[in-house]
Amino acid sequence: MSSWINENGPLLFLALLDGTVTAFVLALIALGLSLVFGVMRIVNIAHGEFFMLGAVFSWFAFDLTNDPFWGFLLALVIAPALVGGIAVFSDRFILRKVKYHPESTIVATIGLLYVIQSVTLMVFGPEARAVESPLYFRIQFPWFGYSGYKLIVAGMSALCLLGVWLLMIRSKLGLYMRATQQDIEIAKTCGVPTQKIYAAVFALGGGLAALAGVFVVPIRQADHLMGLEPLLLSFIVVIIGGLGSIRGTIVAAFIIGISDGIISVFYEPTLAKMLATLFVAMVLVLKPSGLYGEEVV
Amino acid sequence: MSHKEVKSEEQSELNITRRSVLGAGAVIAGAGIVGSQIIDPLGKTAYAAGSDNPIKIGFQAHRTGIGALYGRWYERTTNSAAKYINSIGGIAGRPIEIITEDDGTDPKRGADVVEKLATQHKVDFVFGTLFSHVVMGSAPRAGELKIPYFVVSEGYHVASGALNRYVFQPCITDVRAQISAVSGWLFNNLGKNVTLIYPDYAFGYNHRDYASAAAEKHGGKIVAKIAIPPSESSFTRYFVKIPKNTDVIYHVMVGPGVLTFVRELGDHFGPNHPQLFGFIDSLEGVNISSPGLDFLDSSYFWEAMPRYADASDSAGSRFYRNAVGVDNSGASKSDSKDVAAYSHMFGCWETLFAIKEAVEQSGYKSKKDYSTLIETMEGFTGFNEGIAHPQGAKAFSGKTHQCYGQQFVSKVSNGKLNVIHKTSIADGMYEPETDYTKQSL
Amino acid sequence: MRKKSLVYSLFFHVGILILLFVLQFILPTYHHSSVSKIMVLASYAVAYNFLLGYTGLMSLGHAMFFASGMYAAGLGIYYLELSALGGLLFGAGFTLVISLIFGLFALRTSGVSFLIVTLMFGQTFYLSILYFNEFTFGQDGFSLAKHLGKLVIFNKEYLYSNPDIRYNFAFILLTAYLLISTFIMFSPVGRILIAIRENESRTELLGYNVFYYKLFALVLSGTFSGIAGATHALLFTYVGSTFAEIHHSISPILWTLLGGAGTVIGPFIGTGIMFYLVDFFSGITSNYQLVVGVVLILMIIWFPMGIMGTLKQKWMKWLP
Repeated sequence: MSSWINENGPLLFLALLDGTVTAFVLALIALGLSLVFGVMRIVNIAHGEFFMLGAVFSWFAFDLTNDPFWGFLLALVIAPALVGGIAVFSDRFILRKVKYHPESTIVATIGLLYVIQSVTLMVFGPEARAVESPLYFRIQFPWFGYSGYKLIVAGMSALCLLGVWLLMIRSKLGLYMRATQQDIEIAKTCGVPTQKIYAAVFALGGGLAALAGVFVVPIRQADHLMGLEPLLLSFIVVIIGGLGSIRGTIVAAFIIGISDGIISVFYEPTLAKMLATLFVAMVLVLKPSGLYGEEVV
Repeated sequence: MSHKEVKSEEQSELNITRRSVLGAGAVIAGAGIVGSQIIDPLGKTAYAAGSDNPIKIGFQAHRTGIGALYGRWYERTTNSAAKYINSIGGIAGRPIEIITEDDGTDPKRGADVVEKLATQHKVDFVFGTLFSHVVMGSAPRAGELKIPYFVVSEGYHVASGALNRYVFQPCITDVRAQISAVSGWLFNNLGKNVTLIYPDYAFGYNHRDYASAAAEKHGGKIVAKIAIPPSESSFTRYFVKIPKNTDVIYHVMVGPGVLTFVRELGDHFGPNHPQLFGFIDSLEGVNISSPGLDFLDSSYFWEAMPRYADASDSAGSRFYRNAVGVDNSGASKSDSKDVAAYSHMFGCWETLFAIKEAVEQSGYKSKKDYSTLIETMEGFTGFNEGIAHPQGAKAFSGKTHQCYGQQFVSKVSNGKLNVIHKTSIADGMYEPETDYTKQSL
Repeated sequence: MRKKSLVYSLFFHVGILILLFVLQFILPTYHHSSVSKIMVLASYAVAYNFLLGYTGLMSLGHAMFFASGMYAAGLGIYYLELSALGGLLFGAGFTLVISLIFGLFALRTSGVSFLIVTLMFGQTFYLSILYFNEFTFGQDGFSLAKHLGKLVIFNKEYLYSNPDIRYNFAFILLTAYLLISTFIMFSPVGRILIAIRENESRTELLGYNVFYYKLFALVLSGTFSGIAGATHALLFTYVGSTFAEIHHSISPILWTLLGGAGTVIGPFIGTGIMFYLVDFFSGITSNYQLVVGVVLILMIIWFPMGIMGTLKQKWMKWLP
């Protein structure tokens, strides 16, 4: 038993560490999708592209300022703002025009995905580009080294999640969002400006994904195809966690982030992914409404 | 200069290709003729435009999709080569016309593109694919349509016999040869205990299998084989599996994750790390002095064609570098942030010249001459180094339809790559596993 | 009124089919082979529409069915030296079993959960092709070109890649699917499936076993997608994991919604339009994806029910 711990302890520890970082970032991206799903009842296939744009804008900020720290600060401001703007524009001129009909939205957001990806290819280029982290320090554990910035990312993401939660339960905007999510007709009769709320939610969803992109890009790199994987993962997280439930999203993100880390440490990665996806499917089969069902917060 | 004179000069150049270049030291032969290529390449009569019907060459390009980086440089190189060839009289006196179609790096679309180039644009030849799965999806269609298909891929597919007699890879070496050639140096110079890190698909398996075979041959030991799924974006969990007695980490990560891979490797090991030997595939299009890549300092890379210019570069190599618009550090002359895929793109340049040589030697005029052209090319034994083949001299096997060439080992120092070892063509040779000449056309 | 619809529908669809058949004699070579491919892919879309159009269940994992038919046929021919017909039957049978097992699990969910479950199973199938790559050839794939025998019709030998064989086999496949689709449409089973789409709980209250009807639709949709996949392998020879990727699950959704999900002919129209959009624009721009994206957005804004769906709404009310 103790030799197992000696051999596998460090692996497990690393898996937990990495899994936690992944989980926080995933939670941030998935939260955006969850809010959009929950309030607007639509599937946004282009959600991963908002994440990618966050990373790409971050690179431009870094390139402009030539300084990792100021570039990072600049990116924190402009990336969510720009992406939010694109989201509002898309809502106004695309989603509204298809009347938020679920199937039409799928086609429209696929089109949006193609547009965003191809424009990024033209402007940013096909290659992956690195962004330096604003702060770099290495933590030396007895068995391996680890990037300190990754832990900071986890921390920042946690703060953002807290911020969104506070927004939802303490602010007027949050109240309107929850009202619209629960019952849009009644919300309208109570005077909630649902059209504006839709735009705000879509912008918030995109902005959160973009923020995740800004946090993550110094750890990985920016390239125009990086949006697909987070899209798939955040779909899973949102459904497992339950539509529109913040708590559910965060819990699901952790389950998926950490279990993925642990399973792939001990099993071959492809096999691990297969098992993980099957596991997710079975959870849904047994509890179709997800872990937290129809909860709002 | 009359048309006839142009032709006879080209004729004598072509005779060189028939000479065997196998065996050590047979590389730079016919210096005199090679010299005349370089003295004044543009001295020949500029081709009178529009007089003859052009030779149409279909270029299947990875303009979009995961191969877009390579596709971009492949396209630039192809256009430069075509421009140059046309300036020296075209092919057999006919101008080349390049017709490009995007296959999106998708095998489904690849077959459609081959179809379109062959039947709608009615090209004479199709070339240009890099990614293995696209090659597998497209080459059989070329065989069905009976149109010569020139691959610029590095894959082992052509030489393995999996394809058909219409498919050639005449100007870029395959991974099996590359690995066999450099592994010898690796095991003899860097260390015996090697951990292999490779992508979890065909290209990676090639590395796994051939490096393991090379280990047996050179008395090395593969202490770990770590396969990483291509879509992976974080690698720390894999590094924990690297055994403590590893002397050398052999890595060939492909795709955007490479920058993360190197950075995390640095985070994981810190200053005390095993030797690193990588394949430049990982860093094509990426600046070696990018932030986060300092961990690569003092590490080694395989290169097919050295990215950084060196005083000892041949005249042909220097001419080529200039013609394709790449500066001495391997980046575009018009944008220093745009780093070239220098170890792959030469394949396009050289393949167009190989096509030129095959057409001119076989007397190809139109599609009904395909069999003559193919048989002629199968008779080639190699190509000389020069403007037409700036990467280096090549041997060519008519049986496997594949060329063999020299490989380079470079070391990273001060953010630059410096060549420290060149392999011989023989280092990478292996017994042919197929004989396309026995197939009917 | 129904008789009139029936007659108009018959004329319309038979007319299109006759047109398609005749086209092979006038199309230039490139378009001839393009249309062959479109017909096979459109068959996949029509099969997809059995589920989406009739029961309203949207699956995001249909590539699993297409690919299982393709791989069962392909691997059977490659390793077991099955004949082409043998491969086709094997592909159909294998996919039938897979869709049955899948349906028994997945149909306990609906709506967005169903979407994700299908996505997950689809991904698992794709990953298993990669995992067992020593046997399946993984991402690279393999070609059946050297393994398919020759087809013998009336004592004459033909290669499966012969353009006329391709066109006519694809034509037969599409025609069969369209006929089946129309037949179901006008049959009692079809009516119940539509009732389930419109209001599932009410249909259940009326006494119908909703689960069995949905299972029927799923198995039908899956198996026919598999047959389309097997046919694709026979006619176009390449079998690769790209056909199991999520993009190949998104494609039939796109084609069907663009053409019109609630119609029989819609998926075919959608497939054709998408194919030619990509083909046309890749010829005139170096980034066709951008143009395709813009066109998609515009088309779905102007034709929210898909092209045939909108036409049905406005002018052709008799269209099934």
